[in-house]
Amino acid sequence: MKHPTFRTDRDTMARVETRNLVKQFTASGAPAVNGISLQTTDGEFLVLLGPSGCGKTTLLRMIGGLEKPTSGDILIGDRVVNDLPPRARQIAMVFQSYALYPHMNVRNNISFPLKAAKLDKAAIEQKVQWASSILGIDQLLDRKPRQLSGGQRQRVALARALVREPNVFLLDEPLSNLDAQRRASARDELQVFQHEIGTTTIYVTHDQVEAMGLGDRIAVINDGTIRQLGTPHEIYEDPADTFVATFLGSPPMNLVERDGDLVGFRPEAVELVPPEHGDASSWLHLTLAEAREEYLGSEKLIYGEIDGVRVVARVHAGTPMPAHEGGKIPITVNRAALRIFDKDSGLRRQPASDSVSASPAEEASA
Amino acid sequence: MSATTTRDERYLMDRDRVLGPLFLLPAVVYILALVGLPLVLAVLYAFSDVTVADPRISGRDDFVGFDNFRAIWSDNVFRKALRNTVVFTLISQVIVLLLANILAMVLSADFHGKRLVRFLVLLPWTTPVALGVLGWFWMLDSVYSPIDWMMREVGLLGPDTPFGPARNMYWLGTTHLAQGAVILVHVWRTLPLATVILLAGLTAIPQDIRDAADIDGAGFWRQLFYIRLPLLLPIMAVALLFAIIFAFTDLTIALVLTRGGPVNDTQVLASWAYFKGIQGGNLAQGAAIALFLLPVLVAIAIAMLRLARRAGEETA
Repeated sequence: MKHPTFRTDRDTMARVETRNLVKQFTASGAPAVNGISLQTTDGEFLVLLGPSGCGKTTLLRMIGGLEKPTSGDILIGDRVVNDLPPRARQIAMVFQSYALYPHMNVRNNISFPLKAAKLDKAAIEQKVQWASSILGIDQLLDRKPRQLSGGQRQRVALARALVREPNVFLLDEPLSNLDAQRRASARDELQVFQHEIGTTTIYVTHDQVEAMGLGDRIAVINDGTIRQLGTPHEIYEDPADTFVATFLGSPPMNLVERDGDLVGFRPEAVELVPPEHGDASSWLHLTLAEAREEYLGSEKLIYGEIDGVRVVARVHAGTPMPAHEGGKIPITVNRAALRIFDKDSGLRRQPASDSVSASPAEEASA
Repeated sequence: MSATTTRDERYLMDRDRVLGPLFLLPAVVYILALVGLPLVLAVLYAFSDVTVADPRISGRDDFVGFDNFRAIWSDNVFRKALRNTVVFTLISQVIVLLLANILAMVLSADFHGKRLVRFLVLLPWTTPVALGVLGWFWMLDSVYSPIDWMMREVGLLGPDTPFGPARNMYWLGTTHLAQGAVILVHVWRTLPLATVILLAGLTAIPQDIRDAADIDGAGFWRQLFYIRLPLLLPIMAVALLFAIIFAFTDLTIALVLTRGGPVNDTQVLASWAYFKGIQGGNLAQGAAIALFLLPVLVAIAIAMLRLARRAGEETA
C-alpha cells in the first residue's frame, strides 16, 4: 500500500522516549535541556510543566525535530529519530501562536500537510471533512484565519495536526492565547478529543491547572532537568522536592523550618479549630503570627507568618476566625499531611510512600 | 480648578492645532517648490513652443496643443527610446527579482560573517549613481577594459579564440553588448535595495510558520512556492514598484555609460528628453518626452500600492 493508514502504524509505534537528552545553545551558557530521560506509554497524555525558560519547549522542539540535540537520543516507536527531519517523524505539532498559514483559507490550511504527503484529491477532501467535523469547524472551511476567533483558530490548528493521523501530538501551550473562560472549556474539549483519538500526546505548559487537569502524567521541569515525573496526584501529594512542592498548588505548599528540616504542608491541610483529641503524636501545633484573612467567596485564605516565613491556610469561607491575641492564632496540621524536605538540597527526606509517618524529631519539637 | 488655569498651563507644545501645521509646513513647501512647481512647468512646456532661447510663455499663441507629442511620436529615435525604456526595465526587474529572492534567502540563513556580507551587498546602493556608473564605464572601456584583459588571459578573446579574433569586446560600442551593459548596471544598482526589502519581508515571516511548514512535511520548493513567496508578495510588490520607477526614470546610466549610443541603441526616454530638451534646446519637446510615461507610471504606482495593501490586509 502506498499510503499506509497512520492508525495501524500508531498501534505499533506510539511511544516517545528521550535518553539523556542535552541541548546547549551556546558553548559557554548553561544547557537549556540538561540530560532529560523520559518515556511515554502508548496513548498517554504527558504534560511537560515548568516555569518559562526551564527548557520544556526546547525539549518538545527536539522531539519534533525542530532543534538538534547536543547529545542524547530521541526515540519514537523504538526507533532513534535524531537525524530524521520533522516530516519523517510521523508527528504533528500545534504551536502557541497556532501558526496557521495566513494567506490560505481553513480548508487549505488543513489540507497542506496532506498535499505535502502527495495524497490524491479525493482522499484529501475526505480527510479534511473528517478532521473538521471532529473539531466542529466544517462551517468555517472557506474562511481565512484572520476571520476566525482565537478558539476557532486553535481548532483549525488541531485539525491540521489531526488530519495527518500522526503517531504523536506535540502541543506547545495551545491554550495560552485564549481568554480565561474559553480556556477552561477548551481544556475539557481537548481532553475528550485526546481520549477519543487515543494518540500519544506531549503537551507543554507553564499552567499547573492545565497540567493537573489534562495530564495522565506530569513531568515537572526546572533548569533543564526533570524534577519529578508522576501522575497529577503523586506530583501534588508527594512532591519530590521543594521546587515541585511550591510550583504546584495555588497558593503553593507552605514550608517552615523545624529542627533543621523543611516541613511542608498544603494550605488546605491547615485546621483552625483544634481537633478534640489533638495529641502531639498525630497533630502538629503551630502559631500563626500577624494573621489576616482574605475572603474569596467559596473559601478564604488566612495569611500569616511562622518564624518570619509566610504561611497560607485555606479554609471554608464559613469558618470563623478563632479569637486571637495580637494577631496570633493557633493552627493545627495533621502529621499525615506533612512532607519533610532536606533544608540544603530541597529533596524529600522520607520516601514518598512513607510520608504518613512523621519523623521522631518532629514529634519532640511539637 | 477653573477653566482659566487649565488654559494657562498649556504651552506651545500642547497645542496640536498650532503645532500640526507648523511641523507640516517644511514638507509642504518642499513638495510644492521642488515637485509641484517643476511638474506644472513641465506640463505647460509640453503643450507650448518654448525653447532654451525663448523659454517664456507670454500668451495664448505660445500654446500649440498636441503638436509636440505628434512631433516626438513621428521621430524614430523616440520610438527606439520608448522601446528601450520598457525592455530595459522589464528585463532588469525580472533579473533583480530573481536574484534578490535568492540573495535574501541566502542572507537570511545563519552563517559566520553574515553582517559583513550584508554590508557588502548593500554597498552599491550607497555609492552615488554617477560614480558607480563611471566605474562601470572604465570596466567596460573599449581598449583598457579589465574584463577584456581577463578574457584574453584565459584565452577567450584575441586571435584564434571563441570571441576573437578581435582583442577587445567593445562592450559599449556594439548594439547588444551596450544594451546588455545598461541592463547589467541597472541590476547592479537596484539589487541591493530589493534584497534588503525582501530580507526584511523574509525576517517578518514568523518562525512558527516555518516550523509548522517543516512539521507539515513541506519540502524546500513547496515551502518556497506555497508559504514564502505568497507571504512575501506584498513586500515584493513594494520593492518592484520602487525598482520599476527607478529604472523607468533613470537618466544617469544611459547618459554616463553610453550617452545613448551606439547610434541611439541605448537611448531611453530620460536621456532622450535631456538630449532633446537641454542639449538640443527644444524645451517643449523635451518636456513632452519626459511626461510621456507619467500616466503609465502613475497607473503602475496605484496598482502596486493597491496590491500591497490588499495582500497586507490578508496577512494581517
